[in-house]
Amino acid sequence: MFEAIAFYLFAALTIVMFTITVMTSQALYAITAMAAGMIFISAFFFILGADFLGAIQIIVYTGAVMALYAFGMMFFDTTRNVIEKRTNPKIVFVLGILAAVMVVAIFVAPIVSNNIHALYPVEANVGNSQAVGMVLFSKYLVPFEVAAVMLLVAMIAGIVLAGKKMDKSLTLMADDQIALNHTSQESNHKGGGH
Amino acid sequence: MDIAFIIETIVKIVVILLIFSALAGFGTYFERKVLAFMQRRLGPMHVGPYGLLQIAADGIKLFTKEDIIPQNVVKPIFKIAPVITAATAFMAAAAIPFWPQFTVMGYTVHPIVADINVGILYVLGVMAIGLYGPLLGGMASANKWSLISAARSAAIFISYEVITGLSLLAPLMMVGSLSLIDINNYQTGGIGHWIVWSQPVAFILFWIAAFAETGRTPFHLVANDHEIIDGFGTEYSGMRWGLFFIGEYANMFFISFVISIIFLGGFGDGTIAGAIQLILKVAFFFFFFLWTRAAWPDVRPDQLMWLCWKVLMPIAVLNVVVTGIVMMF
Repeated sequence: MFEAIAFYLFAALTIVMFTITVMTSQALYAITAMAAGMIFISAFFFILGADFLGAIQIIVYTGAVMALYAFGMMFFDTTRNVIEKRTNPKIVFVLGILAAVMVVAIFVAPIVSNNIHALYPVEANVGNSQAVGMVLFSKYLVPFEVAAVMLLVAMIAGIVLAGKKMDKSLTLMADDQIALNHTSQESNHKGGGH
Repeated sequence: MDIAFIIETIVKIVVILLIFSALAGFGTYFERKVLAFMQRRLGPMHVGPYGLLQIAADGIKLFTKEDIIPQNVVKPIFKIAPVITAATAFMAAAAIPFWPQFTVMGYTVHPIVADINVGILYVLGVMAIGLYGPLLGGMASANKWSLISAARSAAIFISYEVITGLSLLAPLMMVGSLSLIDINNYQTGGIGHWIVWSQPVAFILFWIAAFAETGRTPFHLVANDHEIIDGFGTEYSGMRWGLFFIGEYANMFFISFVISIIFLGGFGDGTIAGAIQLILKVAFFFFFFLWTRAAWPDVRPDQLMWLCWKVLMPIAVLNVVVTGIVMMF
C-alpha cells in the first residue's frame, strides 16, 4: 500500500514539476522545477529497490542542473521573465501530446505483449552496486568503455578550447600590466569594429 | 511493513530533528565562545550563566523578527531556498548511523533511520542538493552580492564534489561496500584497523573537501563578509536566515559523523565505550571547524579553484590508482 501511495505521489509531483519547467517563462522557475523533477524521479528507483541508481540519479542530476544554473546566470537576468516568441502554439501543443502518447506506447507495448525477459535475474547475496557493476563489466562492457573514451575526448577538447590564455592570470598581474594587456587586445579587435 | 516499524521510524526522525536543531543552536554558542577564547575575549557573558541563555535570546530574536521579502526578488524561489538548505541537511542524516544498536527494555533499537546499502552515496548526494539553497537564494535575491555568492557556490561545490568522490573511492575499494555500517564494521578491530592508517591521503583530502562542502572558513567564499556582505544571505531576515544557519551547522555535525565513521573507526565494536568514542571524535571535528575559523584567513576564489583542480584532484586520482595497484598484487 505504501509503495502505491509513494508511486502516485511522486508520479504526480514529477509531472507537475516538468510541466512547470516547460510552461513557465521565468528561467529560475524552469531550472528549479527541473532540478526538483530530477530528484523526484530518484524516488522511483528507491521504490523499485534500486538504491544505487537512485543515489546516482540524485548526484548526477544535481551536478548537471547546477551547470544549467551557471548558464542561466550568464545569459539571463534570472529575476525577469523571458519573453518568448510563440508563432503557432496549437502546433506545438498537438506535437507535444503526440510525442507523449508515442513514448507511452513505446514503453507499454512490451508489457502488453508480455515480451519482457529478465536476462540478468537478481542474484541473492549480491548488493545493489555489485549487481550494477557486474552488468556494466560483462554485458555492457563495450558501450561503457566507448562512453568513457568519449568523455575523455570531450574533456581534452574542452581543455584545449578553453585553455588558450590559462597561463595569464589577471589577479596576479600588476595594474599597469593589466592595462597594457587590455590595450594590446583592443588593437587586435580594431579591425572587427569593436 | 508493520505498525511498530513505522512508529519506530517516526520516533527516530523526530528525535534526530530535535537533537540536531538544538545542537545547531548550541553550535553557534560554542563557535562564539571558542572564537572568543582564541582571540582573548570572553564572548557572550551577559544572558544567563556564562552567556548560556544567549541561545534562547537569539532564538527568540530570530523567530519574532519581521520576515522581509524585498520587492524585486523572485518570491517563491526566494522563500523556498532556506528551506532547501535546512531540509536536505536533515534528509542526509537518514542514512547515518549515529550510535551502535542498543537494547531498551528488550527492544533492540538501531539508531539509523534507513539502513540502505548505498548509505554514503545517499548522504553525499543529498548534502550536495543542499547547495541549491545558497544558489537559489543568491539568484532570486536581485542583489549583486547575492549573485556573486551564488556563482561562487556553484563553482565551489561542483569542483569539490570531485574531490569528495575521488578521495572516498580508495577507502570504498578496500571495504567493498557503500553502507556506512559495513564501513564501520570493517574497522572493528581497534585503533590499528582504522582506515585512516591505510588511507591517510584520502583522509586529508576528504577533510579539506568537507570545509568546502560546508562552506567553513578557509573556503568561506560563498558568504565572505568583507567582500560580498553576507553573500546569499544579504537580503534575508528573521527565521529564513536562521534556517540557512541551522542547515550549515547541521551539515557540520553530519559531515563530522561521516568523517569519523569512514576514517576513524566510527563506533567501533558497538559497546558503550565505542559510542562515547564516536561522540568525542565528532566533537573534535566540530571543534576543528571552529579552530580553523579563528586561525586561518580566507583564500581567494581563484586560489580555491587552483587548489582543487591542480593539487587535490591529481593527488586523489593518484591515490585511487596506487590503492588499486596495491590491492591487485
